Amino acid sequence: MDDSLPQILSSYSGSQGELIPILQAVQAEFGYLPEDAMSKVAAFCSVPESKVFGIASFYAQFRLLPLGRTQITICRGTACHVRGAPEILSEVKRQLGVEEGQTTPDLEYSLETVACIGCCALAPCLTVNGRVESSMTSKKVKQFFAREEEDAA
Amino acid sequence: MQLEDRQQRTSMRDKNGGGNGLSILVGAATCGRSAGALETMEAFRQELSNRSIAADIVETGCLGLCYAEPVVGIAEPGRPTIWYRNVTPERAGELVKGCLVSGKPPTEYALGSTGEGTVEGIPLLSDLATLKPQVRRVLQNCGLISPTSIDQYIAVGGYDALRKAVLEMQPAEVIDEVTRSGLRGLGGAGFPVGRKWDGCRRAEGHEKYVICNADEGDPGAFQDRSVLEGDPHSVIEGMIIAGYAVGAGHGYVYVRAEYPLAVEYLETAILQASDRGFLGDNILGSDFCFHLEVFQGAGAFVCGESTALTLSIEGNRGMPRPFPRPRTTDVGLWNKPTLLNNVKSFASIRWILNKGAEWFAEVGTEKSRGTAVFSLTGKIVNCGLIEVPMGITLREIIFDIGGGIPGGRAFKAVQTGGPSGGCLPASLLDTPVDFDSLAAAGSIMGSGGMVVLDEDTCMVDVARYFLDFSDKESCGQCSLCRLGSSEMLEVLKKITEGRGSMEDTDLLVEMGEAIRLGSICGLGQTVPNPVLTTLRYFRDEYEAHIRDKECPARVCKELISYRILPDKCKACMICLRECPVEAIQGAKREVHVIDQGKCIRCGACLSACPPRFSAVECIPGRLTDGG
Repeated sequence: MDDSLPQILSSYSGSQGELIPILQAVQAEFGYLPEDAMSKVAAFCSVPESKVFGIASFYAQFRLLPLGRTQITICRGTACHVRGAPEILSEVKRQLGVEEGQTTPDLEYSLETVACIGCCALAPCLTVNGRVESSMTSKKVKQFFAREEEDAA
Repeated sequence: MQLEDRQQRTSMRDKNGGGNGLSILVGAATCGRSAGALETMEAFRQELSNRSIAADIVETGCLGLCYAEPVVGIAEPGRPTIWYRNVTPERAGELVKGCLVSGKPPTEYALGSTGEGTVEGIPLLSDLATLKPQVRRVLQNCGLISPTSIDQYIAVGGYDALRKAVLEMQPAEVIDEVTRSGLRGLGGAGFPVGRKWDGCRRAEGHEKYVICNADEGDPGAFQDRSVLEGDPHSVIEGMIIAGYAVGAGHGYVYVRAEYPLAVEYLETAILQASDRGFLGDNILGSDFCFHLEVFQGAGAFVCGESTALTLSIEGNRGMPRPFPRPRTTDVGLWNKPTLLNNVKSFASIRWILNKGAEWFAEVGTEKSRGTAVFSLTGKIVNCGLIEVPMGITLREIIFDIGGGIPGGRAFKAVQTGGPSGGCLPASLLDTPVDFDSLAAAGSIMGSGGMVVLDEDTCMVDVARYFLDFSDKESCGQCSLCRLGSSEMLEVLKKITEGRGSMEDTDLLVEMGEAIRLGSICGLGQTVPNPVLTTLRYFRDEYEAHIRDKECPARVCKELISYRILPDKCKACMICLRECPVEAIQGAKREVHVIDQGKCIRCGACLSACPPRFSAVECIPGRLTDGG
């Protein structure tokens, strides 16, 4: 982090209007917003730390905790909901043993939900590290984790 | 400049019509990709290389036929382009062989053809039942041209409208044309676009901004994303014209960070437009200067509201400004006059300038001119992106374009307008789709999400779902929205869990009214809509949950049961093994029974039971053990 943060900041001028883009760049680098980085961003933009934390906690995109290596995001959009997203979510929860917003203790998986990823026609869907998996069923979820386990073994 | 462009156009035409001219067009927007378009594209690349055929593989946006993804078009000189549906990588070989080697294009998976002439056994794409009633303006290029090629956009008349505006018209004339077209804001509220432009033009100040609202946050809506992924230049062109008309020098496209492909295509398109002199200083040699950048929203539904959106660009929490407040067109971004319109509104502008206000206004109704773009999803056969003339009925959209409800199920309701909208029942299927008729029925036009619900959808659960969304997305500054939505959600949860009382429905109406009156922004004021419309049209379902402790649609877990029919059970052990909580008792040759006390009602047994047995059924209401 010692090197990369100054490098990120060097492409900005430090105006308040850059706060959100800077935090997005920081998160893209670290996967979340480390406390230390937020303090430095506050100093860089000459705003109180509370302002940075206020933004980080307001917007759904920002995370204050590190993510697992595999990020699973379940779409909770309307189309997904009526086509069975709740079943998919509970199956993934059962498989991972964590609730939404949590990461497995071995830092392997993070589980999140998102309002809508806009692939409504292929509902219900979820993303695995950004890759969209469409027309999901509980069975497909089970198969996915079974494959993952095989790969890990 | 003009000459240069004409040359480019000619060269484009050559590329499409003459020379080798072979191209494979693959719908590779987010929806296509999630259906496997990139794998399909790779298969074509491999197949062409194996057969040493030189052809361009072009990534296009979304044609809107999401149910048919991945969609592939095969263009060969001297023959119309043929579009195929559900093109898995395995089908690549067959299509290349048929279309490009033997000259006998397969008809089996053909959707239709575009371009001059016909192909035997293949209908015209525009005759497809789902496309025939549509009027494609905003979506005209989506799926047909490469979103990353400015040349292809120019070849179909792109930037003609900008040229006309900047070189031949005064700003006031541009605004007059837009006003006369009757175009209303397609972001949902339907404010007359021309009047908004005029207000911004008249606002005092030299520094003004144009913002495109692409913070498409409604769950169940993806039409803005599809336009940005399919035809980003059309939006950019509309924004530049708006900048010219209102006297702005800088613009932002505020787009959700969840739409990475749209962001990428937009950024590419902005660079291309700048290179060609459509953006930047002295546009087309005139004195007009306009700069454009992309701002990625960080995931807050409320930022679709104009004041929250501008605060967000300024680096703040996106919390709508309280009333009384000046109009954004007077005091907006950085306290400067700001014009804010939706993606589809900007994409409509070039039509108005190219074809004239009268031509534009020919389609639509008296008070809602032009077209409406919807994401048609949910329990519908032809899921996808559609563009229809204003005034078409819900029935035509759902049954003619959408192909009706899959699996022979009955239609129950259609939801428009997302969390701010409402659910309309079958009795209102003949309602014309325009701003005023939908509002009169208790819903709204919204940004364009249209989710079809069938008899297996529980309306109380749908209301709870939207309240849950609004509760999470409330920015928190108005107590009635922040606390009221949580309270309404609690009451709805109580009802869906069988703990409701008959007075709860009155309480919901009362709280809904209070939230509407006591919230400052459009999000807060419309939070109760999904509850109020479902109460209005589907009160019997609420009553079944409360009085009979049953979920008629068999959705609410606390109010349903699964059971195994003894006379159908073949004791095959399949469901028993699938049950995640070991709630099924039985053995080989011993009819299985569900232990209702242990059952978590996940439905795994129902989906596991082989269809030829169909021994598991889900019923409304709770069974006690032994049932």
